[in-house]
Amino acid sequence: MRRSIRGGLAIATSLALFAATAGCGGDGSGSGSGDAVPGITDTEIVVGTHMPLTGPASAGYSTIAPATKAYFDYVNANGGVHGRKITYKIMDDGYNPANTQQVVRQLVLQDRVFAILNGLGTPTHTGVLDFLKSNRVPDLFVASGSRSWDQPDKYPGTFGFNVDYTVEGKILASYVRENLAGRKVCHFGQDDDFGRDSLAGVERILGAAAIGAKQTYVTSNTNVAPQIGAFKAAGCQVVILATVPGFTALSIGTGARLGFKPQWLVSNVGADYPTLAKQLGAAAPLLEGVIGVNYLPMNNDTANPWIQLFTKINQEHNGAAPFDGNTVYGMSVGYLFVQVLLAAGRDLTREAVTAAVEKGGYQGPGLAPLRFSATDHSGYGGERLTRVSGGVQQYFGPTYETDEGEGPVREYTGAPVPPPANGIPTAN
Amino acid sequence: MRAGALPVAPPESDGGPARTSERGGADRPTGPRGSTLLRHLVVVLVAAAALLAASYLLDPFRNFQLATVAAYLCATAGLTVLIGLNGQLSLGHGALMATGAYTVALSQNALADRGMTGSWLLPLSLGAAVLTTIAVGAVIGVAAARLRGPYLAGVTLAVAVVVPALTVTFDGIFNGEQGLSVYLEPPPAALGPYFPYERWQLWIAGTATLLALLLVANLVRSRYGRNFRAVRDDEIAARLAGIHVARTQVIAFVLSAATAGLGGGLLAVLAQSVSPGAFSLTLSLFLLMAVVLGGLGSLAGAVWGAAVLVLLPELSHHLTEQLSLSPAVAQRLAGNLPLAIFGITLIVVMIAAPGGVQGLLSRLARTRPVRAGLRSLRRPTRRSRQTRT
Repeated sequence: MRRSIRGGLAIATSLALFAATAGCGGDGSGSGSGDAVPGITDTEIVVGTHMPLTGPASAGYSTIAPATKAYFDYVNANGGVHGRKITYKIMDDGYNPANTQQVVRQLVLQDRVFAILNGLGTPTHTGVLDFLKSNRVPDLFVASGSRSWDQPDKYPGTFGFNVDYTVEGKILASYVRENLAGRKVCHFGQDDDFGRDSLAGVERILGAAAIGAKQTYVTSNTNVAPQIGAFKAAGCQVVILATVPGFTALSIGTGARLGFKPQWLVSNVGADYPTLAKQLGAAAPLLEGVIGVNYLPMNNDTANPWIQLFTKINQEHNGAAPFDGNTVYGMSVGYLFVQVLLAAGRDLTREAVTAAVEKGGYQGPGLAPLRFSATDHSGYGGERLTRVSGGVQQYFGPTYETDEGEGPVREYTGAPVPPPANGIPTAN
Repeated sequence: MRAGALPVAPPESDGGPARTSERGGADRPTGPRGSTLLRHLVVVLVAAAALLAASYLLDPFRNFQLATVAAYLCATAGLTVLIGLNGQLSLGHGALMATGAYTVALSQNALADRGMTGSWLLPLSLGAAVLTTIAVGAVIGVAAARLRGPYLAGVTLAVAVVVPALTVTFDGIFNGEQGLSVYLEPPPAALGPYFPYERWQLWIAGTATLLALLLVANLVRSRYGRNFRAVRDDEIAARLAGIHVARTQVIAFVLSAATAGLGGGLLAVLAQSVSPGAFSLTLSLFLLMAVVLGGLGSLAGAVWGAAVLVLLPELSHHLTEQLSLSPAVAQRLAGNLPLAIFGITLIVVMIAAPGGVQGLLSRLARTRPVRAGLRSLRRPTRRSRQTRT
């Protein structure tokens, strides 16, 4: 009989442990009985995010959320938003959808965050869309260019930030049509919505028949020699890459090894020069002449007032971490969020924030317009081409904008606005 | 963990006369067969009542965590039986969970595409998941029965690597690394419009897991369970006693595969999506570490292991939050600390309590020493020792 007592004791202890931890959780949510809106008090706004801080996708991406947090720290040090300080809870999901489920639930149900901001990744974030919707949590500025975020009817609280991968594909392809006409064009994409949406955009401009060869890769297999070899065999002269940074570097490196040197055109998410140069190491000169796209100020453009502002914040609040495109991205997200909070007014509610985003009209570091409206939840609507020349990545040509449908690719002539003097947006 | 909240001990300790711990099985083979089933049934009913109460007492996030523990418990229970009782090592149980999860996803989506709705669909899909993993487990089990030690580890390791890769090779069906989303019905309307979804998930996972545990516990105390142990302790002696060693090993592997498949299916239900990233080699290794941490000898150890899998990452997150670190250091620690803590815990447990958490508890309760746990860890010593009362 002693065995059964022992066994019973084990179960009792395990359940008691759970009850105890639950007790802690209960305390946390119970204390906020005074506030009607989760995550909002008179002095604080709590928002959360999920990011790959570890794992295969963390290279480059792991610095985004800390940069956003640094911008919030800067705003907090200058009085916050309507007297409230922003607390940013960053959770690591390792780019694993199962972990994303866990950490987003923890943020929403236990930490009672006001909103999820800039959650990163197409497969990871897709899994929590329904959960966030059923809990009416604003799902702001998802860090991915999948068109899934732009479904106002189905997911009224979800908004994108990045340029759609289809829009991007159209802009890259129209550059090819204007400047590289007559050459054989090929496409190399990630084997998910990223690569597929990009290919769709490219084909919309050039026509499906014009693509000489199409190949895909998966991030779990780091040998791209078969695909690059197939491009070489097909005689490709221009290769459009819808790749994450690691695979941009891998493709260009593998091409050089096989003696294959086409004109590379790279998607925004995989075109940040400092990130790529770090990955390629001594082979960084291979990046010479690579064409990319971007819609935020270039991190090396020290004359740009936004870059001056962000560099200062990076020094003061981010431990002087390496300053690259991801840092600029993270701080731009922070700036837009503060703009939206101010527009939502002093009586902050989830409905007010969603309505404020849909009202649109935000201008910040971006070169292209943000397209938010009641019927459009996608983020930036255009991009400008970049080229690496002499080891420096620089913009050239005009900014283009287009839609994800049949619309033409046209120049966007609006001028970028400078940041406010103190670097913090004001309510208008 | 606040001490004040501790006395909330559920009415569990004196609920059942015996528990799912099957370790006593060898000691008491003489008990009337019917009463073993009855005892287990009582325990399961008490546990079900405790779970039901917990689902109302706990907040939604804890409900979700408890549901995740239940899903992992399916897999760790099967793995405990395989390693602790039958002495076969598997590094591939994460892949078997993936098999179950993808079966649930494909089956749920296929049924929904044909316009079939209703809450009876999910048990159907979970059943299909179990059947599929039984088939896969049988194939691996047949190979495993011919292999020992490092060779067995090698084969199961290959399974852990190959299965996620299949989802990429046949991306027309499995949608590559992006994976599939799982179609799920909302909780039945009868429960009311504001019934928390997490409570519903706990009910699903809890019911499935308790049923699986009941079956496993009974099996383990039956003739099969004794055969498992006999094969583990000394294959030659077992053969002399008329036990078909290979068949017994295959049965043990299939059993643990079936539970892993159910666990994977439940994870798919909880995450509402499946992707190869969720079932990487790391998961297989974590499962192995979890059952060692929990205590290899008993199903109670599997409970601890599953709880550790869910709670440890959260614990380490709280730990990093408590420490005030510079941004650079915090960034470095953020994702790596859970791994470090897992590793350190494993080392400490192996040194201080070789029988795992459950072994330690048994010792603390001043009952008999952790012989079973120790024995299963030292399995290859081939000392067929007599279990005594």
